[in-house]
Amino acid sequence: MATLFQGLPSSTAFSSSNKFNHVPAPTSFSERKSSIVTVRSDARWSPVLNYATHKPQRLITNAVATKADSSLASTSSKPGHELLLFEALREGLEEEMERDPCVCVMGEDVGHYGGSYKVTKGLATKFGDLRVLDTPIAENSFTGMGIGAAMTGLRPIIEGMNMGFLLLAFNQISNNCGMLHYTSGGQFKIPVVIRGPGGVGRQLGAEHSQRLESYFQSIPGIQMVACSTPYNAKGLMKAAIRSENPVILFEHVLLYNLKDRIPDEEYVLSLEEAEMVRPGEHVTILTYSRMRYHVMQAAKTLVNKGYDPEVIDIRSLKPFDLHTIGKSVKKTHRVLIVEECMRTGGIGASLTAAITENFNDDLDAPIVCLSSQDVPTPYAGTLEEWTVVQPAQIVTAVEQLCQ
Amino acid sequence: MWISKTIFNHFKSRLNFTPNYAPLSLLSPRRFASTIAQNPSTFNSIHDANQVIDFPGGTVKFIPEMRFISESSPQRIPCYRVLDDDGQPLANNFVQVSEEVAVRMYSNMVTLQIMDTIFYEAQRQGRISFYATTIGEEAINIASAAALTRDDVIFPQYREPGPLLWRGFTLQEIAHQCFSNKYDNGKGRQMPIHYGSNKHNYFTVASTVATQVPHAVGAAYSLKMDKKDACSITYFGDGGSSEGDFHAALNFAAVMEAPVIFLCRNNGWAISTPTSDQFRSDGVVVKGQAYGVRSIRVDGNDALAIYNAVQAAREMAISEERPVLIEALTYRVGHHSTSDDSTKYRPANEIEWWRLARDPVARFRKWIERNGWWNDMAESELRNSLRQQLLHSIQVAENIEKPPIEDIFNDVYDVPPSNLREQEQWVKDTIKKHPLDYPENISA
Repeated sequence: MATLFQGLPSSTAFSSSNKFNHVPAPTSFSERKSSIVTVRSDARWSPVLNYATHKPQRLITNAVATKADSSLASTSSKPGHELLLFEALREGLEEEMERDPCVCVMGEDVGHYGGSYKVTKGLATKFGDLRVLDTPIAENSFTGMGIGAAMTGLRPIIEGMNMGFLLLAFNQISNNCGMLHYTSGGQFKIPVVIRGPGGVGRQLGAEHSQRLESYFQSIPGIQMVACSTPYNAKGLMKAAIRSENPVILFEHVLLYNLKDRIPDEEYVLSLEEAEMVRPGEHVTILTYSRMRYHVMQAAKTLVNKGYDPEVIDIRSLKPFDLHTIGKSVKKTHRVLIVEECMRTGGIGASLTAAITENFNDDLDAPIVCLSSQDVPTPYAGTLEEWTVVQPAQIVTAVEQLCQ
Repeated sequence: MWISKTIFNHFKSRLNFTPNYAPLSLLSPRRFASTIAQNPSTFNSIHDANQVIDFPGGTVKFIPEMRFISESSPQRIPCYRVLDDDGQPLANNFVQVSEEVAVRMYSNMVTLQIMDTIFYEAQRQGRISFYATTIGEEAINIASAAALTRDDVIFPQYREPGPLLWRGFTLQEIAHQCFSNKYDNGKGRQMPIHYGSNKHNYFTVASTVATQVPHAVGAAYSLKMDKKDACSITYFGDGGSSEGDFHAALNFAAVMEAPVIFLCRNNGWAISTPTSDQFRSDGVVVKGQAYGVRSIRVDGNDALAIYNAVQAAREMAISEERPVLIEALTYRVGHHSTSDDSTKYRPANEIEWWRLARDPVARFRKWIERNGWWNDMAESELRNSLRQQLLHSIQVAENIEKPPIEDIFNDVYDVPPSNLREQEQWVKDTIKKHPLDYPENISA
């Protein structure tokens, strides 16, 4: 895994997520022409094909992108193709399975059923049921199986039907997946991807609304990323599969049907990089996964009230992209973290500690962290809504922070 | 299987229930077969229709009597053995082992025995921090390894250094690992006896019990996909068979038709827990059939029986693509580890009896001596030479530096990230500032 941004030319003007742009920062987003590059795990960065407009620059106006009017830049003259987030995951998965015969998928109902969220639909017919393996219901054991297969040369993607079920696999993930590369002295590597939907859905009950990123974040040896758009879902899926380290890819139950346009050309994103969603001046809002959309909805209100929030989707939950975050903190001097994890021991808690440790002198105000309460997610719809951070709360928090 | 309303409603149009494939039968190799019940009109006669029904999973016969399957058989599953306690063959139907292989097996068993004795003593003298012996289980260790090839991948628990010795791991390398010095393969990161060597296809021991059992199934799946002429083998104890991972792994291996050998060392004890407190089944061998896995019970102290059984199992596993469970009955003569004193929970004379009267090494020795392949002189030469080698290896390993500070932080990931590099620098700075507070034998 690369040390962040080593070796980049110091003369480059960094602005927003287009870090590898060699032209001075242009005035408007839609005019930006750029080449996309990726930071590879060996710290080399290589260009990916040019395409006309760079997706992540445009402003996301809707909280959760709906089908037709998903973005301002979604014109018919734009290249690329439209698809839903789960289809983007599948596309990434399919491309990697075609590219490398060692890539295989295992999980419950991933085979002919296509996965409970259809991420693996059609893959079993295409690649055979040995490469898309239906497992019996024993998460600890099929995770263990994946680890054993990885140690002998395969690159498995282990799907948890719901992230919460992977609590049963905690032993294998912590004691073996994260550790065996280390304890074997580097002799055996474990290039697995563990993925699945998590987060609070719509009345799925407490057991199916877990946020496992907070439980897994301490495990040494693993990387964690969270996708939030079809574009980064595909890119992160491909990056995770190609990584030599075990990667946990967190998807969100409510984001699978997000529609967006993604490039036709192949692209791979960096696992350790955060995404600049909306540059701003007044406050840095750090978020990931579904909360990104709540933040963007709040951003609309905030802009109308005269604030200029900078929104960063941190994407990489372990390790944090402190470079992007630090740059932002140095610019705005105020930080608001919006997450779905519970208050105690969540990603926000770690992020608060990391920012305070590293950028304390740049802060004008204490960091505010909006998280869910330390309660199991209730089933009743109204109650459930109130355990999740809502845009109104985000607006209030920013107003208070910017006083 | 959990499907939420929302998901189901969204996706039900995408579910494809078109029955264009054959009904599921137990013998069908197809995995995509539907579970739609067979049309009753395909039965031969009304008489037949009354006696069988086809629930999902296949047809079963009806009986009007309510019969419970007993929790135990009147007879325990018999145990396969080739040599009697005196090293005499019971019959002539076993795979013959050549003189070369037999002598090599015996030498390795003696090596294991002496290695254990000397390293145990070393721990008692405070030279290493921890050790666990394999005393009493030398036959299982060496004979099983002898029946495999170098391409078969091994997933050990922690009481199986024998296969490593068989495959050429040296006593010096063993010593390096036990002393956690800089020549250890594992770079000093694991406790003593947690060996691992990818060169020898022996996967690093993890302290967690039975987690290696599903790993072996995964590896077998990988070998099957690559169509290799190899299987995977995993070892675990009677206690390990209680873990959830054991059950799920056997189930998986059967469903996936994976070429894996499950070798259970039923040595009677899980630290202080005897098997009567571990399970109430007839040992571990009967569990195989419950999962659809072919199984056999073998005398674990009979090197030839183990050799024959593992060789046959390997053949079945690879050519028939099936898992095989071998339960090797034996006795754990040593303590669980150097942190245990087993006389606290079992009589010392019982331990002594198993150590002397039922020693697998002595029993095999009688057989090779009777064949004219071994004698007292060879024995004393071997034992003396091994003792010298071991003492020398220990002395060498003891004086070698420990691994460098960097090895605390390397290999957590493929390339160390910035936060780990920072932490490494912090440790180095602290050591520089307070050198007297830190050990000296760390290479800078």
